[in-house]
Amino acid sequence: MIRERLLSPYQHGASVLHRLPTGFKLGAALALILLIVLLPRNAWGMHGALAAGLAVIAIASRASIRQLLLRLLLVEPLVIGVALLALLRPDGGVLFVSMITKSTLCLASMILLTATTRFSDILDVLRRLRVPALLITSLALTHRFMFVLVEEMQRMLRARRSRTFTDNRAVTWNGSAQVAGRLFVRASERAERVYLAMCARGWEH
Amino acid sequence: MHIPDGFIDLRTAAVAAALAGVGIAIALRDVRGQLPPRRVPLIGLAAAFVFAAQMLNFPVAAGTSGHLIGAVLVCVLLGPAAAVIVMTTVLVLQCLMFADGGVTALGANVLNMGVVAPTVGYTVYSALRRIGPGGLRSVLLAAGFAAWCSTVAAALACAVQLAASGAAPWNLALPAMGGVHMLIGLGEAVITMLVVAVVARARPELIDGTDSGPMSHRALLAYGGLATLALLVFVAPVASSLPDGLDWVAGRLAFAQQAATLQAAPVEGYSLDVAAASPAMATVLAGLIGAAVAFAVAWLVARALTPASRSPATR
Repeated sequence: MIRERLLSPYQHGASVLHRLPTGFKLGAALALILLIVLLPRNAWGMHGALAAGLAVIAIASRASIRQLLLRLLLVEPLVIGVALLALLRPDGGVLFVSMITKSTLCLASMILLTATTRFSDILDVLRRLRVPALLITSLALTHRFMFVLVEEMQRMLRARRSRTFTDNRAVTWNGSAQVAGRLFVRASERAERVYLAMCARGWEH
Repeated sequence: MHIPDGFIDLRTAAVAAALAGVGIAIALRDVRGQLPPRRVPLIGLAAAFVFAAQMLNFPVAAGTSGHLIGAVLVCVLLGPAAAVIVMTTVLVLQCLMFADGGVTALGANVLNMGVVAPTVGYTVYSALRRIGPGGLRSVLLAAGFAAWCSTVAAALACAVQLAASGAAPWNLALPAMGGVHMLIGLGEAVITMLVVAVVARARPELIDGTDSGPMSHRALLAYGGLATLALLVFVAPVASSLPDGLDWVAGRLAFAQQAATLQAAPVEGYSLDVAAASPAMATVLAGLIGAAVAFAVAWLVARALTPASRSPATR
């Protein structure tokens, strides 16, 4: 699970979809998702048409369909988990199916967007939309360092595994907590170095 | 707890987004006022840390495993305003990059896990710190209980939004989400305490450094008022459109019997003896007993993590 999530969603390419301006793509994806959410629950024909449209766009983007589907499969359980609440209603069956259909269509739109758009480009659009600078800075830093920290965490986990000879729940919990705690200490030390590097390059608060 | 697209209606989404925006605006103002520029990169790094730490597995039973949510952990390490920004950053990134949580539901998700969870958690944490004695043990106890409270509060806010959108019935969504997350919250509490203990041993100044005394009354008022408003805005229209009192109570009663089979809440499905007299009272009572259990667990873990021989006073 970790390994698949680690893959950055962006797939490099030069299709029409890759070359469209990011602002347009972001707006179109938002409009599409809004349309899907607003559609009546039982508009199955429209849902089918949208699914077919998304499939055509996916093929036109020349992204790896296998990877797109893998991403969809990774987030789908979370959708079904929330949808289970609808089954508590007496007439929940149809609602359950329609909510899952709608969410899956929205997920597919977002996955297509992130597969053909760099996150840094999306950040640029957000910056132009006047999202507060502090939020943009922390988004950019998080995007830059999340993979670094996940790799660091995996190295720590590997080191711990190779030194752990008895394995039970208490050991795992304690070990994972040690890794998390140490990871935070290392992250805060890294933040100091990042700050110095940012200042050296003329960053102004 | 990430709400996907298509689960909440646009009215709920818009109200939640507006409230989340207000929360973020307050937090941004506080961070700008309090955070020295030296610590700005720490917000981004802390968000990356939360992202990584959420991937750590904590095996529970029968192949299931839980993971950290991290709101209270970041509150303890960085303070409440920074925690709001950190959690918001994590949620926005998960939504825009990994399609985890819906775009139209982003406001609701940020409100639940980015605003309600840290503010409720920090309020409980700082209240407990104020009445408790000093030392690592009371820091751990406060962090653990606050983590439990923040998990349950975020789950209730999520249930309120789902119910207000008609995605789930009121009388079931709230107890079901609350009950399940009373258990999940215990895990969150223990993990938070373990991690805080590790950081406190390795770098005590990271915990004391942010401990700039209890939250100012103004900030407490602002965050507390926001959290209350968030709940009231969603509950009010429903409360006025509820069927008359008798039907409502009947619905609750039916639930009280149904729920016993539905979930393994700490208190047997809220069907205590009082349930017959007043189901609402029984739900409140179950919540109180759950809170007492969580407090006891936090207390026991805090004791176990700080043996008396290594007195916390020397640390």
